[in-house]
Amino acid sequence: MSERPTKPVREVVEEVYRTESRRVLATLIRLLGDFDAAEEALHEAFAVAVEQWTRDGIPANPRAWLVSTGRFKAIDRMRRRSRFDASLAELATQMESSIDDAQENTDESIDDDRLRLIFTCCHPALSSEAQVAMTLREVCGLTTEEIARSFLSSPPTIAQRIVRAKAKIRKARIPYEVPSETALPDRLDAVLRVIYLVFNEGYSASSGESLTRHDLSAEAIRLGRLLLELLPDAEAMGLLALMLLHDSRRAARISGTGELFLLEDQDRSLWNRDQIAEGGKLVEQAFASRQVGSYTIQAAISGVHSQATHPTETDWVQIVSLYDLLMQASPSPIVELNRAVAVAMRDGPLAGLNLIDSVLRRGELSNYHLAHAARADFCRRLGQTAEAEAAYERALGLTQQKPERRFLEQRLAGLQDHS
Amino acid sequence: MKYLLFCCHEEKKLDSMSKSECDALMNETWAYCEKLKKSGHLIVAEPLEPIQMAVTVRARNGNVSVTDGPFAETKEQIGGFFLINAIDLNEAIQVASKFPSVRLGTMEVRPVAEPERPGAKTEPCQDV
Repeated sequence: MSERPTKPVREVVEEVYRTESRRVLATLIRLLGDFDAAEEALHEAFAVAVEQWTRDGIPANPRAWLVSTGRFKAIDRMRRRSRFDASLAELATQMESSIDDAQENTDESIDDDRLRLIFTCCHPALSSEAQVAMTLREVCGLTTEEIARSFLSSPPTIAQRIVRAKAKIRKARIPYEVPSETALPDRLDAVLRVIYLVFNEGYSASSGESLTRHDLSAEAIRLGRLLLELLPDAEAMGLLALMLLHDSRRAARISGTGELFLLEDQDRSLWNRDQIAEGGKLVEQAFASRQVGSYTIQAAISGVHSQATHPTETDWVQIVSLYDLLMQASPSPIVELNRAVAVAMRDGPLAGLNLIDSVLRRGELSNYHLAHAARADFCRRLGQTAEAEAAYERALGLTQQKPERRFLEQRLAGLQDHS
Repeated sequence: MKYLLFCCHEEKKLDSMSKSECDALMNETWAYCEKLKKSGHLIVAEPLEPIQMAVTVRARNGNVSVTDGPFAETKEQIGGFFLINAIDLNEAIQVASKFPSVRLGTMEVRPVAEPERPGAKTEPCQDV
């Protein structure tokens, strides 16, 4: 790079990198059949762009230019390397002969490539940690160091995870494709799970690094939007709605000192109305599709809370019926516990206590602090102080999270003051 | 970000290679460096003389002492180093993995300690 590019071109290249690099990468992986080769080609294409666009002007279609430049560079490199490895020569010829296909760089095929990339990064053959790391790096364009920081991990750990995942994709010959219609529901579930995991990682962070970790929630919402744009599926809609509705309460959820506020104690004027409106609309759309899944139902429950300007105005009848629906769609002890809390709000603490006790009797949630915290709350409201005290202490013994511990300790102290 | 790559190998292994083998390895390395320079990755590349040429210097209580050889007696020695630009650790690993010498020895990849520059991740390539 002998000549120094003028500033505007460099800015254009940077802008194009931000908006197009993931799309170009997704297509190059398909054309070259390998993640590392595609990343290298992507880098080379941008390096050439700085030089060439300064000299010849910016091409009419920068994305197509980058794809064909990257591809050309990769083939060229393979040719040169074939001096050491003869099998590469044949591969290069093959790739060159299929060059005409690459010219059909329609928006549709580019969208397909992005979906292929998402499905490959979230392939079930990879561990869930590897899926998350691959998705954030390859689809979102985060650096290894940024991913490590957000997950409170070290760069070498994340780097190894990515190297191994890529090797696995190569060795197991995991195809770069959008799954067939029959496999799609399961595979899509895996993708949604990864996105939700990323969101929760950012959302549940409550102190210290919350600033950097907040980016993860934003990244997950961006991913959710991208997925929905590429694949208009009802559950993808439901997941995006759920994330938006949860995120709308971010400012009200945690105090300046890192204290966690329960839904009923939050200052609702701090809720983000735009996110609530968008989330609500998505829930309606998802329900209209008549393929209602668990993300959509959870979003609907969250949406009912969002509509109440004061906790006492909450429509608990509707919430309980949504939990009934959720128990059908994806039954679990956690859902049962949440339903018990909703029933208590509708019918009083005794009804809730009976439900929780029946879950606890089965032993499924006996080590889950929130089950004991909820039980403690019901006992407190029923005036069963000794029972409440024991349950709060049990809950305290089961959680390490500082804000939650502070909350439970306060409740316990309040109980002792009144007795 | 910048990364320093330490090229490590057993000098004995290199000594046992024929001249033509050595030359081929060096040529391949320089060709790769040329490519890395073009792509904006390579900042500095320097091979080092063998450890027989090394001395280790210390200053204690105003007295300077000099001893022969490298400071650490290890099986593998540093035979050269490369300073590179890479988007992240994984790209640095990718760059390192293609040096011909990693087929014989190892390459240690060390991030250069520098304050994070905002927007660094969006830069496709940096000035060399």
